[in-house]
Amino acid sequence: MPAVSKGDGMRGLAVFISDIRNCKSKEAEIKRINKELANIRSKFKGDKALDGYSKKKYVCKLLFIFLLGHDIDFGHMEAVNLLSSNRYTEKQIGYLFISVLVNSNSELIRLINNGIKNDLASRNPTFMNLALHCIANVGSREMAEAFTADIPKILVAGDTMDSVKQSAALCLLRLNRTSPDLVPMGEWTSRVVHLLNDQHLGVVTAATSLITTLAQKNPEEFKTSVSLAVSRLSRIVTSASTDLQDYTYYFVPAPWLSVKLLRLLQCYPPPEDGAVRGRLTECLETILNKAQEPPKSKKVQHSNAKNAVLFEAISLIIHHDSEPNLLVRACNQLGQFLQHRETNLRYLALESMCTLASSEFSHEAVKTHIETVINALKTERDVSVRQRAVDLLYAMCDRSNAQQIVAEMLNYLETADYSIREEIVLKVAILAEKYAVDYTWYVDTILNLIRIAGDYVSEEVWYRVIQIVINRDDVQGYSAKTVFEALQAPACHENLVKVGGYILGEFGNLIAGDPRSSPLIQFNLLHSKFHLCSVPTRALLLSTYIKFVNLFPEIKATIQDVLRSDSQLRNADVELQQRAVEYLRLSSIASTDILATVLEEMPPFPERESSILTKLKKKKGPGKVPDVEETKKERNSDMNGSTEPASVNSSAVTMSTPSTSTDLLGLGSAPVLNSVAPSSAGGSLLVDVFSDNSPAVASLAPSAEENFTSPRIGSTDVVSDDPAAAVHDADELVDKFVCKNNGVLFENQLMQIGLKSEFRQNLGRMYIFYGNKTSNQFQSFSTAVICQDALKTHILLHLFCIVDPAVDGGAQVQQILNIECVSDFMEAPILNIQFRYGGALQNMSVKLPITLNKFFQPTEMTSQDFFQRWKQLGAPQQEVQKIFKAKHPMDTEVTKAKIIGFGVALLDMVDPNPSNFTGAGVIHTKNIQVGCLLRLEPNTQAQMYRLTLRTSRETVSQRLCELLSEQF
Amino acid sequence: MMHFMLLFSRQGKLRLQKWFIAIGEREKKKIIREMTQSVLARQTKTCNFMDWKDLKIVYKRYASLYICCGMEDQDNELLTIEIIHHYVELLDTYFGNVCELDIIFNFEKAYFILDEFLMGGEVQETSKLSVSKCIEESDLMQETMEEYMSKPAF
Repeated sequence: MPAVSKGDGMRGLAVFISDIRNCKSKEAEIKRINKELANIRSKFKGDKALDGYSKKKYVCKLLFIFLLGHDIDFGHMEAVNLLSSNRYTEKQIGYLFISVLVNSNSELIRLINNGIKNDLASRNPTFMNLALHCIANVGSREMAEAFTADIPKILVAGDTMDSVKQSAALCLLRLNRTSPDLVPMGEWTSRVVHLLNDQHLGVVTAATSLITTLAQKNPEEFKTSVSLAVSRLSRIVTSASTDLQDYTYYFVPAPWLSVKLLRLLQCYPPPEDGAVRGRLTECLETILNKAQEPPKSKKVQHSNAKNAVLFEAISLIIHHDSEPNLLVRACNQLGQFLQHRETNLRYLALESMCTLASSEFSHEAVKTHIETVINALKTERDVSVRQRAVDLLYAMCDRSNAQQIVAEMLNYLETADYSIREEIVLKVAILAEKYAVDYTWYVDTILNLIRIAGDYVSEEVWYRVIQIVINRDDVQGYSAKTVFEALQAPACHENLVKVGGYILGEFGNLIAGDPRSSPLIQFNLLHSKFHLCSVPTRALLLSTYIKFVNLFPEIKATIQDVLRSDSQLRNADVELQQRAVEYLRLSSIASTDILATVLEEMPPFPERESSILTKLKKKKGPGKVPDVEETKKERNSDMNGSTEPASVNSSAVTMSTPSTSTDLLGLGSAPVLNSVAPSSAGGSLLVDVFSDNSPAVASLAPSAEENFTSPRIGSTDVVSDDPAAAVHDADELVDKFVCKNNGVLFENQLMQIGLKSEFRQNLGRMYIFYGNKTSNQFQSFSTAVICQDALKTHILLHLFCIVDPAVDGGAQVQQILNIECVSDFMEAPILNIQFRYGGALQNMSVKLPITLNKFFQPTEMTSQDFFQRWKQLGAPQQEVQKIFKAKHPMDTEVTKAKIIGFGVALLDMVDPNPSNFTGAGVIHTKNIQVGCLLRLEPNTQAQMYRLTLRTSRETVSQRLCELLSEQF
Repeated sequence: MMHFMLLFSRQGKLRLQKWFIAIGEREKKKIIREMTQSVLARQTKTCNFMDWKDLKIVYKRYASLYICCGMEDQDNELLTIEIIHHYVELLDTYFGNVCELDIIFNFEKAYFILDEFLMGGEVQETSKLSVSKCIEESDLMQETMEEYMSKPAF
């Protein structure tokens, strides 16, 4: 038992915790919790002021309930009261509650900041520590804004207590991580560096963490820390195990500080100063030597702490990559660990060796351990360790051992854990390509990959093998033969059918001389798989068939029969049907010459970085893929390597109807009919634009191809230019739609624009109807939606449906606008319409009634809840109030309908005065949700209204008030 | 830098959670679920590390209690095991032969002790003496027994 009795805890809390533990079922637990919540609520709301002890007890209970996984929506104010208390024990609980429950964007932050400010100024170290801990725990931007100026002062002031310095250093570190722009650099930075010399090792430990983070961002400014860190480290490693008293951990002197110092040194290159450099080398040697000494204790804590320092030292040696002697020693040390009985050490040794393998000094030394690593792959029981072994094999692979390593990886793949198969597949594919001397080996390897782990072979892998086969004519005949043989297997993976279909379609003629693989046999073999395949593969096979028509005129009739069959021509899938129709037509009307041109062999792909490598990097995260030679190429990796294989030449594309817009968006998985590099690059460019979330959205022309020939005609653009045309007196139009979603937006002699819209959470869809009121045609009709700069980041708009450039007299055309609200906004986007009527260019702009309130979800709540939340939102900037004169007759029912139309729930019986209206709702945006309460008080005598809005965001309150106050 | 530390039982009941990064409650619950599931599924005699997304998970079992930390990639794994152990020793010093029940009933103390040791995801004070002294001092500032007895249980 500790010196102080634990009985000083709160008995009520202990009783409650036992109650919960005694609950036999989840239901009973929830019941007990609800009872307690009701009790606490009534206590907090009661007339009797609570004493500090009770408040503390109840707040603790709430905290406990929260930690059980239940939501807590009250008690924050009481916690803030507690932390402002002068009694330590209350303050402590208050801070704990806030630290655990309050996340960065709570509206309470200002109140909390006040308490913190007082405590920081109190000069009471215990209070200061609590306050600093709270800042570090919450770490929000508002806190950073409030305190980044003070904390450095506390940190470097001469009279600050050591424990406060420690807290201040780490607090500053946290703020620097969350809001680096707010932490001012200045005179204090040089004094922080000197904390490395502090007498108190706790202060040095905390300061080293801070300096490391700062030095990563401004290495120049903290350069002096290198020599200080080296001398500190040297003093630690050479000290006897008792010198550092309580900072010695299981006979290892200050392991935490040592590791932190070694990490700090990894922010810099090897020291330039010879003396410093020599001293550091000595340190590292001492650490390596100590690893060979007999352990001072049998406890695992001793060996862990000692080896932690050793591994960090090895990391530094690898980082410096300049001392061959040290690198080789490090490698030997790790080699010993590879066979250690501790699984942890084997794991770490494999991991560390991975980085060592990329150093030119130690690459060869690492390679000597290949048998041990392969053995680890086969015998380790722990999947984490096996994964490290795969990584290391990949890292140590070069031309000399590639065949062995690839073979071992393929072997392992058959039994590998599902979780790491895809990664192994990627690695094998990369190694096979990178170190292929003989491309037949490469083709065999990839086909093996598909056979062993077809499900894990991603698109990139089989795209790549096709790129390579197409680009290298020495391997084409071999590939055709090999895939033909592989396809003979009764059950083969769909990926093999894809590769086989593509390669035979291009190079089937190279093996057609052999009667065992005559054209008809090739075709029948492929077609026997056809019905088992998915739509994209079938689409690819259809392209293979049309290529066969060109390669093998003798089987043209057979293929035409297949294309003509109902299962193709009337296929339910539109892509397949289209291909069948077009290919059939192409094969019957085109002359042999035209066929030969259209269906010519694919031209070589431009050389580009393997997309597989990009994929692996994405999977592992940057820096985790060690590759010795590829680094130079990486810069070109913006090239989209995933060339979509399709077998029809470009001239066929113009014959086919443009592919649907879903393909353009990259949603359709079927290979699109664009094949040669330029047009496919065009396609993927478009895909990139769409996947990009930048506010300006690219044009939605019917297809990429058409976009080349006739840009923009009849297309619909969402552009981000400033509105040039005069905007029709727009706010009125917008106001009309605040409380309703459908209606006529705009009308003049020529046209009428109607709207129908629907919204759900932060998404919306608006149908826009353009009616031509005249009897003549509109020409060059086009529309665009314009987002002002201020709006661009707040809502995203996508305009769909292509409008024909000609709109006949009396006709109506429709467009769909998809809307996504990212965060709250003020302005409305503008719809711009242009067309020619009777030779004159017409240009008009109207504001689209997309207003913030559209993203309301109504919230029902009781009177009690309403007023409680109302009180919580009591800060002055959260409330907006407006008193205005009624513009319309003051009819209760109409007012109710308008409030409901505004989007909030109309709460009956909430307001004590029955003639008042109250409402509640939540604004949904992608980034945040904003709860909103409103109260409308009519004064019929004066014909006035008073509207009050409370939300957690000032801008939201204001905007909603503006919108709603125009409605009555 | 440590991103989080979780203490949970063999049955997957969460006993303590400490977050050093700002994330939403839903995300937290998701991480807790994934961590308990994958750590509890690990077999014995495996290493104490796991890769998980961009983080390295370091965990250790003490009787029925698992302690699990989410670390950044470049953090030192072995030393993280010792962070866990050091924390357990601190709890042990305070409670005397700490058991899961101590942490359940005195969760606030478990938090205070952790706060003395770690801050912002970094080690703040590694001296056991200093940490214990801080905790004792703060205990001295609690109410006395008489004060406590005179308070109502509810």
